[in-house]
Amino acid sequence: MKTQRRNFLKIAAMAVLGWGVRPASEILASGGGTASEGLLFASRHKVHVGPNALTASRWAMVIDTAKLNEKVMEDIVHTCHSIHNVPTIPGNQNIKWIWETHMDHLFLEDLHEYQPEAGAKSALALCNHCDNPPCVRVCPTKATFQREDGIVMMDFHRCIGCRYCMAGCPYGSRSFNFMDPRKHLETTNPDFPTRTKGVVEKCEFCAERLAEGKMPACVEVSEGALAFGDLGDPESEVRKLLAERFSIRRSPTLGTKPCVYYLV
Amino acid sequence: MLEKAINGSKVYWGWIAFLLLLMSIGAACYWQQLSHGLTITGMSRDVTWGFYIAQFTFLVGVAASAVMLVIPKYLHNYHKFGKILILGEFNAVAMVILCLLFIVADLGSPQRLMNVLIHPTPNSVLFWDMVVLNGYLLINILVGWVTLESERKQIAPPKWIKFFIYLSIPWAVSIHTVTAFLYCGLPGRGYWLTAVLAARFLASAFAAGPAFLILVTYIAKIFTGFDPGKGVLATLGKTVVYAMCVNLFLLLCEVFTVFYSQIPSHMAHLQYLFVGYHGHGVLVPWMWSAMIMAVVGILILIVPKNREQDNLLIIGCLLIFIGAWIDKGLGMIGGGFVPNPLHEITEYVPSQLELGVSLGIYATGFLVLTILYKVAIGVKQEIE
Ligand code: SF4
Ligand code: SF4
Ligand code: SF4
Repeated sequence: MKTQRRNFLKIAAMAVLGWGVRPASEILASGGGTASEGLLFASRHKVHVGPNALTASRWAMVIDTAKLNEKVMEDIVHTCHSIHNVPTIPGNQNIKWIWETHMDHLFLEDLHEYQPEAGAKSALALCNHCDNPPCVRVCPTKATFQREDGIVMMDFHRCIGCRYCMAGCPYGSRSFNFMDPRKHLETTNPDFPTRTKGVVEKCEFCAERLAEGKMPACVEVSEGALAFGDLGDPESEVRKLLAERFSIRRSPTLGTKPCVYYLV
Repeated sequence: MLEKAINGSKVYWGWIAFLLLLMSIGAACYWQQLSHGLTITGMSRDVTWGFYIAQFTFLVGVAASAVMLVIPKYLHNYHKFGKILILGEFNAVAMVILCLLFIVADLGSPQRLMNVLIHPTPNSVLFWDMVVLNGYLLINILVGWVTLESERKQIAPPKWIKFFIYLSIPWAVSIHTVTAFLYCGLPGRGYWLTAVLAARFLASAFAAGPAFLILVTYIAKIFTGFDPGKGVLATLGKTVVYAMCVNLFLLLCEVFTVFYSQIPSHMAHLQYLFVGYHGHGVLVPWMWSAMIMAVVGILILIVPKNREQDNLLIIGCLLIFIGAWIDKGLGMIGGGFVPNPLHEITEYVPSQLELGVSLGIYATGFLVLTILYKVAIGVKQEIE
């Protein structure tokens, strides 16, 4: 009881001291590339890895917009949605983990009207697995949490459906199950859970596949348009691409530090 | 004292029956929501909070208004408010209950509500909102009941209750500040990302709350002959009109900042609300009505002579109350989501079932309010 109370007081005191928790924790963090130590209390979860698992200090994705075309994007969306049991729901109460959208919706402040014609017209949007994720900051139950390797995860069984994280995410990356999603699934992949109505969901960087030693499904079917790897490793494919080519991120001025990069 | 609630006239029982009827309609609608999910609402992937959360936001303000009686009475020894103080406190109780009901109604998985307590998360403002709302509820139940009890026994209230009375002042400010903090501080939501939001919330609360109190006191007067004392409501009307002036001033500060800076993501929301945005503007007529009501309400109530006249005071308070309700109960939340951060426009209109649930919740709140007022006024009339 006593320790419990002390813990509570400690947490309360820290909460009062540090609304801007993240910067403080960055100062306290002991280096280690971009995989900075956890938020003080929006705790970063340890990753429990099996024998074949792919691991990284900071997972990131690089999207080469020049290599995307209608067909590739369709394949990617279809693959992700079918293996993750994402239902197809008509209307604006739909669920999207990864989707095609116009470049000027993706990059509101970075594009202008005199861009070359040849540039990509649309690209893919998905959760950015932000390094400073507002969705984690606002969640009242820790149903949205971040792992030490940067992946922002959802605990479907803990989520109370308050949708605060959706107000917090400035990229529209999250979807809410307004209705029972199972009724809108034509086929079900038994290896991945289906969800119930009343919870939020989103892309999880295929954490379940990484645990088995597989790359994210979208990367596999992207015909080279998507790369995935460890930002903390200078030899990784993503780091090489970022070093060679010019890349941008979505709304970087918001300070969320997205870990999905777009080559333009 | 509760026995006062079961001795009533035909009108009283008719009103209770009417509220129970509305509550059952609300329950039927909520049953639909439980079985089909929030899909029965007008909300969408882009507008994820709607009528429920907006009502909660508005009602927090009405609840906080009790402090506008407590401060004059206890900090400035303005004893005239003593007679309606208990109405203010019981009003706060009913309004906070309404707030909590609206929050629960908004949850996608209400059966997991307790997760907020099982996994307390101090980095979430929602956690603190729960703490301050429940705290305010308890403080007002305690203070209201204890002072009423001693009034009935015609003894002075116990000394220790003073502590809670004083505590209720910063606490009232906190409930509205924390509620504003739910919205401000979210990246990419230009309409809410402003430091004056909490101040604006408080100003509109201190206008709408006392306006509501004035209106219900008149209603209580009609039905029970309860006399709040000469000039009390007129004085309270002064609070209403000053607070509304501050509220409008803060809105103008907002408008200046947004449009002089010319930052598109901040301008878009005000444009959407007041002139429409890319051909979308369901809220435009509402917002202009709200502005007109606020201004006319101010013009009526700012004249001291008008506040002395029952009819004008009632009209002024009604206008200001409805104006504030539209501004916060419709515009604040809906307008914050449109356009979304990707500059896509999805408009929001509450569905009929959603309004049905809200009706039921409001009826529940008014039932609590009626019973508490019945008890309070009964006790007051007994000792006279
Ligand atoms: S993109 Fe949105 S949902 Fe994904 S981590 Fe960032 S804030 Fe959270
Ligand atoms: S909807 Fe679920 S995940 Fe999102 S903030 Fe609420 S509890 Fe957390
Ligand atoms: S990383 Fe996995 S979950 Fe995320 S979009 Fe790609 S396939 Fe879908």
